[in-house]
Amino acid sequence: MAVYKRTYKSYDGPLTPAWSRWMIVTRFSYSRLVGFKTNLFLLACLVPAVGFAAYIYLAHNAAVLKSFGGNFASALSIDGKFFFNFCTFQIGLAYLLVAFTGPALVSPDVVNNAMPLYFCRPFSRSEYVAGKMAVLVYLLSLITWVPALVLFALQSSLAGWEWTRANFWIAGAVILAPLISIAILSLIAMAVSAWIKWRAAAGAVILGVFFLGAGFGSAINAVMRTHYGSLINLSQVLNTVWAGVFRQNLDTGLDVLDAWNALAGASLICLWLLFKKVRAFEVVK
Amino acid sequence: MSAVIELAGLGVRFGERDILQDLRVSVSGRTIGLLGPNGAGKSTLIQTLLGFVPASSGTASIFGHDIRREPRAIRTLVGYMPENDAFIANLSAVTFIRMMAEISGLPPGAALERAHEVLFYVGLGEARYRPLGTYSLGMKQLAKLAQAIVHGPRLLILDEPTNGLDPPARQRMIRLVEEMKQQMHVIVCSHILRDVEETCEQVLILKQGRIVHYSNLEEERRANKRFVELETFGDDSGFADQLAALGCECAKAGIGRLKMVLPVGFELREIYRLAAERDLQLRRLNYRRDTLEDIFLKAMEA
Repeated sequence: MAVYKRTYKSYDGPLTPAWSRWMIVTRFSYSRLVGFKTNLFLLACLVPAVGFAAYIYLAHNAAVLKSFGGNFASALSIDGKFFFNFCTFQIGLAYLLVAFTGPALVSPDVVNNAMPLYFCRPFSRSEYVAGKMAVLVYLLSLITWVPALVLFALQSSLAGWEWTRANFWIAGAVILAPLISIAILSLIAMAVSAWIKWRAAAGAVILGVFFLGAGFGSAINAVMRTHYGSLINLSQVLNTVWAGVFRQNLDTGLDVLDAWNALAGASLICLWLLFKKVRAFEVVK
Repeated sequence: MSAVIELAGLGVRFGERDILQDLRVSVSGRTIGLLGPNGAGKSTLIQTLLGFVPASSGTASIFGHDIRREPRAIRTLVGYMPENDAFIANLSAVTFIRMMAEISGLPPGAALERAHEVLFYVGLGEARYRPLGTYSLGMKQLAKLAQAIVHGPRLLILDEPTNGLDPPARQRMIRLVEEMKQQMHVIVCSHILRDVEETCEQVLILKQGRIVHYSNLEEERRANKRFVELETFGDDSGFADQLAALGCECAKAGIGRLKMVLPVGFELREIYRLAAERDLQLRRLNYRRDTLEDIFLKAMEA
């Protein structure tokens, strides 16, 4: 029977498992969020990876380097610093992507009062947050640790088993470090999106969190003659954590443990802000 | 009939304010009207039943599922149409309803099929691919109704379903509620007494967070048919006794005025026959009509 001729009837068919329903939000949010412009930006973000891949290729092809007329082979080394630099560059692009896509993640649901419709169903606030966050995690992964892992695989295939065995920790580092940044970027984007309805303003605030944090952090350090102001400089905090993960001796002016604590604190604040807004309705006491 | 909703000393407190206090009732009707003045706690009661607001005392259950222990089970069985606008502006109606169906647990294929079905059912078939942000108020109400029924709930909670609707749209909504109550239990929370009177079998009235009246409108209507007011002209001495001999309980309410409670199965033509035999004119014969408004006003005075 044609759909328009059918009358209402109750549903008695099978149901999907409850644990899988957070992915529904991911799927619908992704299709709503990602259009031509985002896809184009994603593609553009992969261009540096091609450059880094070419670097790896050249480092393993002395004959090609010789054809350029110099002896660069010894200068090109592929190590933890190489992957650290690649991931740092990519996470900068990820930051831009978050500022571009993040504001449209939660705010449409808040603005249009859609929260009661989600939560009057067998669906929790945690599932909602997980579903929305997965959109950013997926997008940012595509331009950060996934190409980094591909580069690692390329380097392994060219350098051989000895190099791979000695540097296997890099594979873990290129996944872990970007995932830490992705998590904090996603949480910031979602918290800002939940509180700021105007998309352009939300994007500006996401960018501002890092710049203002850096500014205030420096000011606190200068005025108070301390280094704890750097704890609100998220770029510096992430850089410290990354340096630890990539085994780099960078003097960021922060203790690694302090940096981890600052990240945990920032994450908790974002989650608190997020859960203040992600609820079926607001109680006015 | 087993209870649809059971309230067992349910109380809700926001800060220092008691919003709901010691609500105790077992509701088992097919369609239940939830009435009360502004601030009576109607919406809070609904939100507590859905688990949006924690109960501060007592508990409640829907179809035997406790709201504290089994909120997920309850939400699987319930469809909710909120009072305010609730949608995602840049989604088309069919995508939105499909998403809501999937979140309720329907597989993607079934969700899409039912999204189309319910949109046609509520009358939005032709507009189902339009973004919800472009809908009129009446269409948004219908879209909210569609998302509430798409997963085939056993209990449908409608919070002010006719809010802001013009008369034809209101009639359409009432008709839909009338049809849906054949397949599910419906709670209509409304300020508009006429809507509740037209659609509901039972009525639960709240005032200042307490239940002040719970009754079956059908039974009240049936009971009201047994109350008759009579106005006569002429010599009516002994008329009341004759009616009493037929089983009526009569009381004089002034000269030529009688109030009666008719026995079960009593035929009104008996009154006309007696009056004709006595050459007594019957000027007026009324059933007592307690409208929902009367019931509501009495409850408010209580």
